[in-house]
Amino acid sequence: MTTEEKPELKQFLDAVHQVHGYDFTDYSEASIQRRINHFLLLKKIDGMEELKKLVLKDEKLFEEFVQELSVTVTEMFRDPTFYLSLRRQVVSQLATYPVIKIWIAGCATGEEVYSVAILLREEGLLQRSIIYATDINQKSLSHAREGVFDIDHMKTYTVNYQKAGGKTAFSDYYTANYNAVIFDQSLRQNIVFSPHNLSVDKSFNEFQLIICRNVLIYFNQRLQNKVLNLFYESLCPFGFLALGNKESLLFTDKRNSFEDIDKKEKIYKRLG
Amino acid sequence: MLVIVIGTSAGGLSALSTLLEALPASYPFPILVVQHRGKEPRELLEQVLQEKCLLWIKQADEKEEILAPAVYIAPPDYHLLVELDGSLSLSSEKHVNYSRPSIDVLFETAAAAYGENLSGILLTGSNADGARGLESIRKKGGFTIAQDPKEAQYPVMPEAAIALGAAQQIWTLAEIKTYLTETLLNELHEEK
Repeated sequence: MTTEEKPELKQFLDAVHQVHGYDFTDYSEASIQRRINHFLLLKKIDGMEELKKLVLKDEKLFEEFVQELSVTVTEMFRDPTFYLSLRRQVVSQLATYPVIKIWIAGCATGEEVYSVAILLREEGLLQRSIIYATDINQKSLSHAREGVFDIDHMKTYTVNYQKAGGKTAFSDYYTANYNAVIFDQSLRQNIVFSPHNLSVDKSFNEFQLIICRNVLIYFNQRLQNKVLNLFYESLCPFGFLALGNKESLLFTDKRNSFEDIDKKEKIYKRLG
Repeated sequence: MLVIVIGTSAGGLSALSTLLEALPASYPFPILVVQHRGKEPRELLEQVLQEKCLLWIKQADEKEEILAPAVYIAPPDYHLLVELDGSLSLSSEKHVNYSRPSIDVLFETAAAAYGENLSGILLTGSNADGARGLESIRKKGGFTIAQDPKEAQYPVMPEAAIALGAAQQIWTLAEIKTYLTETLLNELHEEK
C-alpha cells in the first residue's frame, strides 16, 4: 500500500476545509483522488503542493476546483424500475397528504428532478407538491434551473421514460432547439432549486419523500451515517427515503428506524 | 498480500469462465473483475459464472472489504474503485472509454493501492479500455499480463495494451491459468 499519497491528500483536504469551509475530508478517497488528478491535468498544475498553494489563495480557481470535486453525472429516469416502484409503492401513500414535500438531495444538473416532476404530474400530484432540489455545486444548480439538456441524450431518456411507466410521449414535455431541448417551464413551478451542503448544513424542513441517489457512494461510512441521520430527522413519520440501487442503510445507526418498502430499489419508510 | 485484477469486454464471459473455473474454493488471492456489461441492475453475470466455479463469485458492494477467497465483480453501470484501506468503492462518474464500469478505473485505483502486490490481467475485448490501466499497474511495480491477441476472441483490447508496452507477458489462457494456479500457489507455499 502506498502511504505517501494518503497523508498528502488528507493534509490538503484539511487545509481546504480550514481556509474555505468546504469539508471533503469524509469523502471516499479513491474518487476524490481521481478527480484531483484530473483537475491537475486539466489546469496543467504540477502536483499536490502547487495545487494547495493555488487553491488556497485563488478564489476563482478554488470555485472551479469545488465544481470539479462535486459534479455528478445523471440521466433522466435513470434506473427505470426505480421510477416504476415509486409509482406503484409510494405514490398512493403520498396522495394521502394535502401538501407533498419532496427533497431531492444532490440533484446535480436536474435530470432526476424533472423526471420526478413528470412522474408526479402523470399521477395527478404535481399541483400539490413542492420539490426542493439541492446540491453543493452552484454551476449544476444553474443548469438545473434552466431545464435545458443536450438533444443527444433524448433517445436514451425516451427509452428510460417508457420503461419507467411513462403515460404519454416523452417529447410532450420538451421543445427542441438546435442541439438542445428545453423542458416545459410549467414543470418548474413546483420546484425550488437551492444550494445545500449535505456534510455541514442542517435539516431545513420535514418531507414526505427524500430522494438521494448515488450521492452517498462518494461519502465514507462516517459521513454516510451523518447524512442518513439528517435524512431521518428531515422525514415525517412514515415518510419515504429512496437511495441508489447499490446503496443501503448498512452504515447508519438509524437502520432499525426504517422498514424496507422495496429491497431491490432501495426505498425505505421511516417508522413512526 | 497479492491481489489480482482482471479486465475484459466482448468475449469475456468465456475467457473469464476458463480462468475462474480452474481455481479452488480456497484460492488465497482476492480477485477483482471488470467485465463490460449492460446497465440494467441485475446479477446474471455473477450467477452464470458461479454455476461453474468453486470459488465464491459476488457482485461488489460499496465499502466492501476485499477478502479472500472471493471474486468481486463490478456492478452494472457503476465504476469499481479500490481504496487505499483495502475496501471497494463505487462511483457513478461519467463513462471512461465509453464504459461504466471501466477497466482503467479499477486498474488505476488498484495500482495506487497495491503497488507491487498486484497482478493485472487484460483479456479479450473490442475497445481500448484497460490499456492505460494495465500500464499504470506496471509503472507501480505490479505484474502485467495481456491475453495473446492471436487467441483472444476480440484482440483489440489486449493489442492496445501491448502497443503501450503495458504487458510484461503475452500469454494464452492456458498459460494464464498455469500462472494463477501453479506459479502463484507455489510461490505462496515457498514463502511459508
